[in-house]
Amino acid sequence: MAERIATPKETAETLAKKQREISVSEFFAKNRHLLGFDNPKKALLTAVKEAVDNSLDACEEAGILPEVEIWITSTGEDRFVISVRDNGPGIVKSQIPNIFGKLLYGSKFHTLRMARGQQGIGISAAGMYGLLTTGKSMKIISRVSPRKPAHYYEIQIDTRKNRPEIIEDNEVEWGYERGTVVEIELEARYQRGRQSVDDYLAQTAIANPHVTLKYVGPDGTEVQYARATEQMPPSPRLIKPHPYGVELGVLIRMLKETKQRSLLAFLRSDFSRVTPRVAAEICEQAGLSEKANPARIAREEADKLLAAISQTKIMSPPSDCVIPIGEELIKKGLAQVIEADFYEACTRPPAVYRGNPFRIECGVAYGRGGSEELATLLRFANRVPLLYQQSACSIHKAVVTTNWRSYGLSQSRGALPQGPVAIMVHIASVWVPFTSESKEAIAHYPEILKEMRLALQECGRKLAQHLRRRKREAEEHTKRTYIERYIPHISEALKEILKLKDGEVGKMNEVLKDILQKSRKF
Amino acid sequence: MTSALKSIKQTASEIHAKILKRKKPSLKLPIRALNNVRYKPSEGFFEISGRKKERTLTVGTVKTFAQTLRMMALSKDLIETDDIASKREAYYISKNWQEAAFKEQPESDTVMDDIEAMLAVNREQLGFIPEEKGGEVAGRLVVIDKDRDTGKPIKIDCERFGSGAYSIPIAVEHLEFESKAKLILAIETAGMFQRLVKHNYWKKSNCILVSMGGVPTRACRRFVRRLADRLGIAVYAFVDGDPYGYCNIYRTLKVGSGNAAHLNKFFCAPQARFLGVTPQDILDYKLPTHELKDVDIKRAEDALKNDPFIKHHKEWQHALRQMLELGQRVEQQAFAKHGLNYVIETYLPEKLAHPEKFLP
Repeated sequence: MAERIATPKETAETLAKKQREISVSEFFAKNRHLLGFDNPKKALLTAVKEAVDNSLDACEEAGILPEVEIWITSTGEDRFVISVRDNGPGIVKSQIPNIFGKLLYGSKFHTLRMARGQQGIGISAAGMYGLLTTGKSMKIISRVSPRKPAHYYEIQIDTRKNRPEIIEDNEVEWGYERGTVVEIELEARYQRGRQSVDDYLAQTAIANPHVTLKYVGPDGTEVQYARATEQMPPSPRLIKPHPYGVELGVLIRMLKETKQRSLLAFLRSDFSRVTPRVAAEICEQAGLSEKANPARIAREEADKLLAAISQTKIMSPPSDCVIPIGEELIKKGLAQVIEADFYEACTRPPAVYRGNPFRIECGVAYGRGGSEELATLLRFANRVPLLYQQSACSIHKAVVTTNWRSYGLSQSRGALPQGPVAIMVHIASVWVPFTSESKEAIAHYPEILKEMRLALQECGRKLAQHLRRRKREAEEHTKRTYIERYIPHISEALKEILKLKDGEVGKMNEVLKDILQKSRKF
Repeated sequence: MTSALKSIKQTASEIHAKILKRKKPSLKLPIRALNNVRYKPSEGFFEISGRKKERTLTVGTVKTFAQTLRMMALSKDLIETDDIASKREAYYISKNWQEAAFKEQPESDTVMDDIEAMLAVNREQLGFIPEEKGGEVAGRLVVIDKDRDTGKPIKIDCERFGSGAYSIPIAVEHLEFESKAKLILAIETAGMFQRLVKHNYWKKSNCILVSMGGVPTRACRRFVRRLADRLGIAVYAFVDGDPYGYCNIYRTLKVGSGNAAHLNKFFCAPQARFLGVTPQDILDYKLPTHELKDVDIKRAEDALKNDPFIKHHKEWQHALRQMLELGQRVEQQAFAKHGLNYVIETYLPEKLAHPEKFLP
């Protein structure tokens, strides 16, 4: 047996010296894969994606038709600068350092509103990743109005304290009236094809037909996706949480923070769809007084309250807070990016999972080309393309468990259908249930899967109609060419055998064509 | 005008008349398959039954329809100019027909067989000849052929080919024979035929040796048939002891094939009887064997169920069942185990002493 190396025994006191708080930034710095920075190729994509998502959210909230420019320039081997500029509302000077230099800082986490970002991690994490890999600060210019100056910031994130460190802070001349530009230098790899920045931008254009995207890649290629509609999607309404979606911890926190003085009033005003009658029913079911002070509700009582909620029948949450892309615009978006000769889309009515309203949409584009290849699957959550972890996503599951063979495509068991077809699925929700923080795959809630299947089936049926019509036309065509091609040989042979005259041959050709056109049998 | 030419013209004018009446023309073809033949023991061959398929001109059949008519026109041309085309040549001639050309020879062969069956003539009368060899002959026989230029008779002595043999021509109708042989021995493999020729076996047993080389061609069957009819002597078959040898080679020699059912009347030798190798021989002569393959078993079972010839003869059913029970097949060459000339010195003489024991 090998001799063990003696190590000094730790005591509670020595251990205590090592025990200290871990900052969120430090945690993510060590676990960068949780945020989508697992490898250089993905890091580039994630950084661009976070910046673009923020830009689009900001523009839409301000009611501005988004125009976003993306430049990627190579600054050395495996080093790139990404720069993303929008025409959004800009950011007031005092908030710039916090938004870009602090993890978990943002406007979206505390609300239930349909938006691309959720936690306020994205862009600051991208900056942090850049700092870690290149030592360079994040550069930001923002301007809120033509009458106000543009502010230039260089910011680094202090990972230990999760706090922005301002390197430079100036007023500068900027050629744009309004908006924000973010520049991050980072270690990355540029590749085209699947899961690339190019791919992400093309897909973003599909799901956001109201957006103009300009892109200059590291090799100098320029791509522009002009908006296909001038119409802004309606601004999603903010909603209060629905009782069915609330968890114990959240409930306790809400009880503590509420401004209401009685339990009944708390339930009525801090949740959606709770009427006085429903609130009273919940209190009674929980065995709690309607007049109880919410701040003094104990943990056990909160437990009872939660149980009472699940036993009470409450109306579904309002659904006008979830804005679909819409069938027409999905078709336009697909047509803008994917060349095909058939486009179809389907938007499902709103539905609810765990108290969160959501809507599923689906689009199909069918082109010409090889029938061997697997279908392209495009996944979107709140208009953001999802490029990674396809097979872990409930969208993938819904597509592979749909029987595409009955819609005229071939499909192996448990696989995507085959053919020159692109299938897109979009989930819009106030809270999209991702399986992880890097927001790559959607969780498998039965309600969500069901809606996805229904949407896919509807598109499938229309696709089947199209394919049948196409097949019929093709058959019609072969039939015609068949007749044209072989009939002269019959006449020719008969002429040779029976020594007919040339005039008779022509006449016979006509008669034969006539006879065969009438025959429907093939 | 030959009857074949008359048939071609008649069929063509029927089609022509239909077209002029604005009706869909059609061709009537007898079905050429084993399930559309009858075995007539009194006559001794497979006869085609009445079932016919009608090929009506539709979009789906227009290509074959056109090809059939073009092939008939080609045949008419061959007959009128007294020329011939081999099956392969006919296939190449079709290359002039642009889009109606055949892609592969089997396609043109099928159309040719269809025309043959439809007009109830053999393809030689249509001017088409096969590529395949007819078989070889050695032994006590003089074949009388004609000189192509002078038309004078030529006598070919089949005893005088040394270690070689006389090749059966593609057309045998005009041949005459002189012989004092007592029997014809039809052999499956060229190897066994060579052995018997080399040792002048025909002298010893006063016979004519015919090498079939697998399933006998039409010419070979017709040759054996005419020879046996003219000389009034027996035909004995000596083939491998396996289902293919019994149900394909021997059966086709004796009663004809399903595919050529419309011409079996001429192209088979009903007087043939089966010398060996029988399943019983495996036991009697302690022959080395091979296991039956899956295809052998399938063929034997299929024959027991569907082959009208086997179904008519209890002896054959017994032999096939015996083979299936043994689970073994045997080759002609297996006798070499007992010595190279065992087959000449022992097996054949013993067998020929009791022709009454041969299988029908």
